[in-house]
Amino acid sequence: MIPSEFEYHRPGSIAAALAVLEEHGDDARVMAGGHSLIPMMKLRMADVPHLIDLQSIDELKGISVEGGKVTIGAMTTQHELITNDALAAAAPIMREAALLIADPQVRYMGTIGGNVANGDPGNDMPGLMQCLDATFSLHGPDGTREVQARDFYEAAYMTDREDDEILTRISFAAPKGGQAYEKQKRKIGDYATAAAAVIIEKASGKVASASIAMTNLSDTPVFSEAAGSALVGSDCGSDAMSNAVSAMLGDIDPTEDNRGPVEFKKHVAGVILRRAIERAWSRA
Amino acid sequence: MGKQIITLTVNGEKHEVAAEPRELLVHTLRETLNLRGPHVGCETSHCGACTVDIDGKSVKSCTMFAAQADGAEITTIEGIATPDGMHVLQEMFREHHGLQCGYCTPGMITRAYRLLQENPNPTEEEVRFGIAGNLCRCTGYQNIVKAILAAAAEMNAAREAAQ
Ligand SMILES: Cc1cc2nc3c(=O)[nH]c(=O)nc-3n(C[C@H](O)[C@H](O)[C@H](O)COP(=O)(O)OP(=O)(O)OC[C@H]3O[C@@H](n4cnc5c(N)ncnc54)[C@H](O)[C@@H]3O)c2cc1C
Ligand code: FES
Ligand code: FES
Repeated sequence: MIPSEFEYHRPGSIAAALAVLEEHGDDARVMAGGHSLIPMMKLRMADVPHLIDLQSIDELKGISVEGGKVTIGAMTTQHELITNDALAAAAPIMREAALLIADPQVRYMGTIGGNVANGDPGNDMPGLMQCLDATFSLHGPDGTREVQARDFYEAAYMTDREDDEILTRISFAAPKGGQAYEKQKRKIGDYATAAAAVIIEKASGKVASASIAMTNLSDTPVFSEAAGSALVGSDCGSDAMSNAVSAMLGDIDPTEDNRGPVEFKKHVAGVILRRAIERAWSRA
Repeated sequence: MGKQIITLTVNGEKHEVAAEPRELLVHTLRETLNLRGPHVGCETSHCGACTVDIDGKSVKSCTMFAAQADGAEITTIEGIATPDGMHVLQEMFREHHGLQCGYCTPGMITRAYRLLQENPNPTEEEVRFGIAGNLCRCTGYQNIVKAILAAAAEMNAAREAAQ
């Protein structure tokens, strides 16, 4: 399986990468870890006459946790997310989720930027970013703009990012409260049959706020505001949990594929969400 | 789009090779440098038979272009053995029957090598999780896990003795 021919570029700065994008327009595409893009190129489902490898752009790397704000460069690998202790202290859900992505080899190469920019509904980071209410920074020919993760995803492989923009970093406020990422997959290394990201804040024994997002249950990640609201004010008991699950089921739209029929996916989504809520609550 | 010259340091030796940008690293290693240790099992990034060590990371060399590795330091199974003989991991795979057909073995050992660099004292669960990107169709994994744990113990004992 050999991709069709392309020219390889390895710019050393964001400006230089943007210049190549501008010069070649639709014929150019950036590559981060390549672990979604290269398989697509091998299958000839992606044709990239000009491949721009971002690996040498230091501006796109690094994790910082400062004053309750977490900023992660797009080229940070999933392995780096897992091994960064400051990040694990500020947002333990990041490590928990990253450990459930793919396998060790893929995590050494796959980046958070590639994972969120890809637009594959199976990717785990987009739903998590919606749960965290993260902001994506995009650099294009006209400068920088910021987009909320909750507004970024339009359809499978379609995002708000323009073709001539590079995702540079992701930022979010370090979450307060209990957090949990739960994922059901057929085997290790598989994409989710269903996954749930949950953050719950507790005050005087009740749910003060709840944020819930689901993965691989629609053609985009699903931030279910209704599911979160169903928990607020409750003691997170079984009634509240059932209400949250019903609300979530109203927001997802799974399709039948090799991971199972629609009814099964809805069932799994409910089980996974319950588990995630229970665990987040126990940590709140 | 013609070939370009890239520099790879493989098993300590520097090579300048000509490769088309679309050439996958595993093919450069196997066909240009004649290192047949990295195997092509699936070509779809799933099996790990093609695993090599690149700048301290375990990488599936079927999912990287040779051009991406330009300037990198690479270790393949051929570079794991020492001048004095087999690496402890290789010894332990032999001793504990960690292989049958041997197809997955170069990838398994190269991956286990990095795993033990990062975590010299893994639990059985950590070994299983750490080699989750390597498939074996023969052994059922039990003996692979045993071999890696035995190698860890041996390497730790050797380190202690040296201190
Ligand atoms: C065997 C296997 C199992 C996997 N399992 C999972 C899983 O369980 N969960 C999961 O979430 N993922 C999984 N993945 C995907 C993996 O996490 C990818 O690495 C990730 O989706 C993409 O990251 P990347 O850095 O490799 O991006 P690339 O493949 O390099 O890029 C992906 C896309 O994003 C674009 N892009 C990348 N970076 C930028 C940027 N900075 N700005 C703009 N556009 C950009 C590229 O142009 C491309 O279209 C798996 C992959 C494999 C091979
Ligand atoms: S051949 Fe590379 S992962 Fe199977
Ligand atoms: S020994 Fe045959 S595939 Fe592992």
